[in-house]
Amino acid sequence: MSAIATELKNETLVGFYEQLWRIRLFEEQVQRLAARGEVPGFPHLSTGQEAVAVGVCALLNEDDYLFSGHRAHGHVLAKGSDPYAVFAEIIGRQDGVCRGRGGSMHLVDVAHGVLGATGVVAGNVSIAAGAAWAAQVRGESRLAVVFFGDGATGAGVFHETLNLASLWRLPLLLVCENNGMAEFTGREEHSNVAKVSAFAAPYGIPTQTIDGNDVLAVYEAAREAIESIRGSGGPWLLECMTYRMAGHYVGDAQHYRSKEELAAMKEKDPIDRLRRDLVKRGIPENALAAVAARVKAELDTVVDRARRAPHPDPRTVLEDVYSAWN
Amino acid sequence: MKITFAEGIARAIHESLAADPRVVLIGGGIMGLNTGARALLEPVLRDFASRIMVTPISELGLAGAGVGAALAGDRPLVDLSTGSFVFQAFAQVVNEAANIHYMTGGQTSVPVTFYSLAGRRGGGAAQHSHATQAMLGQVPGLQVLTPGGAEDAYGLLKWALLESRNPSVFLSHPLLLGETAEWTAHDAFLPVGKARIRREGRGVSLIASSIMVPRALAAAETLQREHGVSAEVVDLRTIIPLDRDTVLQSVARTGRAVIADECHHSYGVAAEIAATLAEKGFASLKAPVRRVTMPDVPIPFSAPLEAEITVTAEKIVAGALAAVRAA
Repeated sequence: MSAIATELKNETLVGFYEQLWRIRLFEEQVQRLAARGEVPGFPHLSTGQEAVAVGVCALLNEDDYLFSGHRAHGHVLAKGSDPYAVFAEIIGRQDGVCRGRGGSMHLVDVAHGVLGATGVVAGNVSIAAGAAWAAQVRGESRLAVVFFGDGATGAGVFHETLNLASLWRLPLLLVCENNGMAEFTGREEHSNVAKVSAFAAPYGIPTQTIDGNDVLAVYEAAREAIESIRGSGGPWLLECMTYRMAGHYVGDAQHYRSKEELAAMKEKDPIDRLRRDLVKRGIPENALAAVAARVKAELDTVVDRARRAPHPDPRTVLEDVYSAWN
Repeated sequence: MKITFAEGIARAIHESLAADPRVVLIGGGIMGLNTGARALLEPVLRDFASRIMVTPISELGLAGAGVGAALAGDRPLVDLSTGSFVFQAFAQVVNEAANIHYMTGGQTSVPVTFYSLAGRRGGGAAQHSHATQAMLGQVPGLQVLTPGGAEDAYGLLKWALLESRNPSVFLSHPLLLGETAEWTAHDAFLPVGKARIRREGRGVSLIASSIMVPRALAAAETLQREHGVSAEVVDLRTIIPLDRDTVLQSVARTGRAVIADECHHSYGVAAEIAATLAEKGFASLKAPVRRVTMPDVPIPFSAPLEAEITVTAEKIVAGALAAVRAA
């Protein structure tokens, strides 16, 4: 057991365990409903990557700014958004966090500091830098965190943002979920740079590459980064090595992967990994099973309620193109 | 007093920074290569250095930073330099800024202003000469501000920086920077979304925006002096919002419409005005609507080639005479 695990209370660790299950089971429900044709569009699941969201967001304050992309369910839930409002959004209902205008790829929840989610890979990286800059100019202690995949490092704006963040010493935490895939293309085919953290070096941005399937390793690295950022130490880049157990989107046949690869990665499932750590620590298996069962029941209720929620009134389709002119 | 277009811009920026601490600048070139006009910004750079970011050449990153700062409660002005460089930033301007208010179900908005020195400047060739207003006009969620006079350069920019709740693209023009207008600090400002009748007339409506405004005014002068034709000049001021009512009312009075537009001919601002007249003003028309626009060709470099396609006052006069003689 790692040093950080001995330092943290049982209660905190079980809280991580619960959040991991909340994201996992939430997305299982998304997948289930998508298969039944109840989810418009093409949702992207973060199954297998949940530890990154949980480990980082556990250290954020409600007023810290969070930005994510098209695979955002986990980040938003971990930041504190109401699972009901998020689920209702994903199935396009009026009670959704964006009143059904955004959907799975555009989960914004200003009340919980979730300022941006974009369907454009790398689209939010520079936006997060701008929010960090605004906080800095105002002399606030809050920071901006942006989650993106290794696929985003192929976009020019990722590199532009590293330059800006470094030049302006922004309070910005860049979290790369390196799942080894840019949509359908493996990393060895989409970049000659093996580690995303290597991009930070020329800009003098501190960086760490860590096991993103170990929520405690994520937590520990993120804590060091966030303490440094809050102390005006400038931006950090965390590279979390992880694995997308799901396809790029729900329905992806994943012809690019072997069964052996998938089976091997299931061994590294972040939830099971934390479960083993917790059992070693003396927390009974049945107590952990009860946590998962409770979250499942909670989400069953959420999903039932969301499915009964009304769709937006078509007569409101032209609302909110602009905020009032004056 | 008279002020120039460039003075209007510099004054609007300085006053906005002074009035509201949320106003911030990302880049501060603004006046392009015009050395005289650049000097006007020295007080801004001197008085508000802590709210101005010195920037690398990084349009996409800077536009995104502007969107993010606006999401976080600031009111940024992002200098995107030459108008054609808005294409470097298009992903942020068009696919992020413009969509955010709608996509979030109205939770948030981004009052960011993208500043752009757009249009045919002379010698800019194909990559530094775009009039981008029609392309941007296709983007719901954006406001597209196209001042054609110094007072509107001042007023529209100040409105964008201090009052607007939505993302704006402010289209300045390299050849307008020296244009002058009467201006007093206490003038009531014409509401955004209202066109301005710059000259009243009875025989033909000349509909213009941005650099086309002074050229349409010159054309109206010639039409009166040399041809006895009374021309009304409608300055659209903004492409989004577009004041269709004032255009329709003007054409209802004159019966003829000539639209001067620095965009390319097809799918341009002129095309939208012409369509509006066809849909809602057809009964007023005594002659076919005429568009005086740039042909559908990349902007050439060599001066005689560029002159051949430029929308001049003379071409507007010719368009107006054709409209008047058609009936």
